[in-house]
Amino acid sequence: MGSEWNGFVGGEWQRVVDVRDFIQKNYTPYEGDDSFLAGPTQATKDLWAQVMDLSKKEREAGGVLDMDTKVVSTLTSHGPGYLDKSKEKIVGFQTDAPFKRGMNVYGGIRMAMKACEDNGYQVDPEIVEFFTTHRKTHNAGVFDVYDAEIRRCRTNHIITGLPDAYGRGRIIGDYRRVALYGTDFLIEDKKAQKESFGNVYTDDVIRGKEEISEQIRALQELTKMAASYGFDISKPASNVQEAIQFTYFGYLGAVKEQNGAAMSLGRTATFLDCYAERDLKNGTFTEEEIQEFVDHFVMKLRCVKFARTPEYNQIFAGDPVWVTESLGGMGVDGRTLVSKMSFRYLNTLNNLGTAPEPNLTVLWSTRLPMGWKQFCAKMSIKSSSIQYENDDLMRPLHGDDYGIACCVSSMVIGKEMQFFGARANLAKCLLYAINGGVDECTGVQVGPKYRPVEGDVLDYDDVMAKFDDMMDWLARVYVSALNIIHYMHDKYAYERIEMALHDRDVKRYFATGVAGLSIVADSLSAIKYAKVKPIRNENGIVVSYETEGDFPKYGNNDDRVDSIATSIVTKFMDKIRSHHVYRNGIPTQSILTITSNVTYGKNTGDTPCGRKHGAPFAPGANPLHQRDTHGAVASLSSVAKIPFRDAQDGISNTFTIIPGALGKEDQIFAGDIEIDLSK
Amino acid sequence: MIGHIHSIETFGTVDGPGTRFVVFFKGCPMRCAYCHNPDTWDMDGGEEYTADEILDYYNQNKEFYQNSGGLTATGGEPLVQIDFLLELFTKAKEKGIHTCLDTSGIMFRRNEPELLEKYDRLCKVTDLVMLDIKHIDPAEHIKLVKQPNDNILDFAKYLDEQNVPVWIRHVIVPNITDQEEELFRLGYFIGGLSNLKALDVLPYHTMGEVKYKKLGIEYPLKGVPALTSNEAIIAKQHIIDGIKKRRSELAENKKN
Repeated sequence: MGSEWNGFVGGEWQRVVDVRDFIQKNYTPYEGDDSFLAGPTQATKDLWAQVMDLSKKEREAGGVLDMDTKVVSTLTSHGPGYLDKSKEKIVGFQTDAPFKRGMNVYGGIRMAMKACEDNGYQVDPEIVEFFTTHRKTHNAGVFDVYDAEIRRCRTNHIITGLPDAYGRGRIIGDYRRVALYGTDFLIEDKKAQKESFGNVYTDDVIRGKEEISEQIRALQELTKMAASYGFDISKPASNVQEAIQFTYFGYLGAVKEQNGAAMSLGRTATFLDCYAERDLKNGTFTEEEIQEFVDHFVMKLRCVKFARTPEYNQIFAGDPVWVTESLGGMGVDGRTLVSKMSFRYLNTLNNLGTAPEPNLTVLWSTRLPMGWKQFCAKMSIKSSSIQYENDDLMRPLHGDDYGIACCVSSMVIGKEMQFFGARANLAKCLLYAINGGVDECTGVQVGPKYRPVEGDVLDYDDVMAKFDDMMDWLARVYVSALNIIHYMHDKYAYERIEMALHDRDVKRYFATGVAGLSIVADSLSAIKYAKVKPIRNENGIVVSYETEGDFPKYGNNDDRVDSIATSIVTKFMDKIRSHHVYRNGIPTQSILTITSNVTYGKNTGDTPCGRKHGAPFAPGANPLHQRDTHGAVASLSSVAKIPFRDAQDGISNTFTIIPGALGKEDQIFAGDIEIDLSK
Repeated sequence: MIGHIHSIETFGTVDGPGTRFVVFFKGCPMRCAYCHNPDTWDMDGGEEYTADEILDYYNQNKEFYQNSGGLTATGGEPLVQIDFLLELFTKAKEKGIHTCLDTSGIMFRRNEPELLEKYDRLCKVTDLVMLDIKHIDPAEHIKLVKQPNDNILDFAKYLDEQNVPVWIRHVIVPNITDQEEELFRLGYFIGGLSNLKALDVLPYHTMGEVKYKKLGIEYPLKGVPALTSNEAIIAKQHIIDGIKKRRSELAENKKN
């Protein structure tokens, strides 16, 4: 290797691809405060004004400014795009112009067509013909195999949001590798990996070798893509500006090829800080310059866009990309992984203003340095844009170089990935148990024709037994659908560049998820502790409930009902585990719906807890709206009881509080009165 | 012993230092025009708890409170149930919990020995008193809260004698308690307290109004706007000025 690594502490990372080893040997933990941070440069302000102007035009145009309808988006499909080349310190757009959305068809040509049509565009007929007749897409593959039962579950919304028509996402390439090693090194490594499969050609070896060939090709194309912007990424980055640029190129390649539901960035800040510290020490760049690079990088991340349908935007409440960056956390050796770069990332919320992307996620530990905690709190109050996740919970499982995909899915960067599996609607499953598999909204026999609940009052043991049976059925159909989806996604829409930035042997989490946990918990609690009468329609289907008396509600730190919630989570997870899953995946589960609760509510009938048809679900593992009456700590404590081991793909709690309820304003409250007297 | 409790807030951040477990007591003889908890006035309703039950509940989430927070008794007027409060705080102190009493001081009577003995014991298990002085002027005080303020001001002096740290709270209502002269007088009075640790100016807000509607009581401050942050900062300064004046006089006297 040339001079690019000069000044770094060497080690194993120089011999094999091991970014964590590089970080551990070279990073500088930062325990100070935010006073070193620099504000925005004039170039940053000008560029951001340009972006804001484009955003305004995009809104005025109805949500999309421009779409490519002729060129399928690949790594090298488009020439370079700029805002203002002379001012941009970090460059690169998905197409040849900012705010022009690329066309991703490998997930499904029909979805690509619809995304265009709904926004007033038309995909070139030749492209449509090609991807309908000559080249199959993921979506077509899936529907070749789906059976009637799976289709019924989809259309009746008991299994929802399946990634069977677009990219599954939730895979994080280790984009840092591009900066640390350059693509030549990575390609050589991939070639050696391919050799290492040997020559006994089992199905797995054939697939493995073919995939690595695709990965090598992707790395070669990524090199070409970067060259079109005037950068040689075949060699390692030589300073922090290049390190950010090369890392971004890796990410840019991913979002050109894939339109996954979540395209997360990983854990890049402290890695990049190793370069920043070296450059500061050598006098290569000043703090202002480094902050400017970060600002321009983040600006680019805020401009990542996909062509989506209005239905998609409705489910996700907007047009999110989930460019999640995981910040901070503690190292397994006890040093904090907070660096000055962690501060610089959060500082973009000052310099560029608040924004939902990138999804800045702080890995929280009670042992984080106080300066960082205070800065996080300050920026949270100012921007309401920071997500927090429990590092102390995840570190024992993943070590200290994991990142978050989407909002809560944890995985070791470059070593683990997941097969994203959307959600099963457990609240609806409970209603199916009561109605013998008949959908309460459509009247269709969706589930197996089991005996429905009889009589005028719901009996807890009876309902529980039926619910158990119905969950057995649901888990089987759900896992079947996911097996088909991921088989086809690997076959027709393989994530070449993202997987090129992974090790050969990747741990694959087979991620499932449930929605409606708090509804299930409260409903079962109502049945157990109050008197719930089913109300049937003319066809004998239970469509509503009458509840007499009070019952414990999830969200009040009351074990009587919290234990119901936790036992359902464990139960459903065990049912998922009992099935064969694709590609030796490790089954996991999430209790996570951050944005789709309204849609779930619309498609789920009255529930025994007193919720009416159409009323939204609570987000993720949250208690139902206004059912938690004992304050935030009690509410959070109920959520905290859900066992991580049975919900390893993440447990989310959406927490909203008015600033005034978080403490006093300094200017009004006068503490330490002796000191204040002198003022 | 049974306590009559209106409700418990597990995440209190504005009722004493740190994150606090806040117990809202039932019952209050005051009828402050701006009261935002009118549902705590009478003793009916609410829930019954023993001191042990409350502390068990506290214990379940003690990680949230143990660093710099603790337990706060408020209401209502906790001193209406002084026996229960005494038991609660005594047991809390045994567990090393920081105790904070938020009170109007209205129940205090120095001339009742049996009662005073209870107050003496209470002082020993109370880490902080947040004393809410509604108005410094006796006549205005009666107008505002339907009770005199002599025993309240006496309670402030008593706490000073007992060496119990005190935060003085004062609600600023536009046109009612925001007069410069009265604020200065209040400052002048509390400036004489050596146990004064903080001044907590509470800007009047209208969030309590809905509760009146629910209870079917007419809202006495209908139409009075919420106090702005800026007005609160100005009001605070008037009180601080009063404190300074008194403190400098005291220092002067000492010299002489």
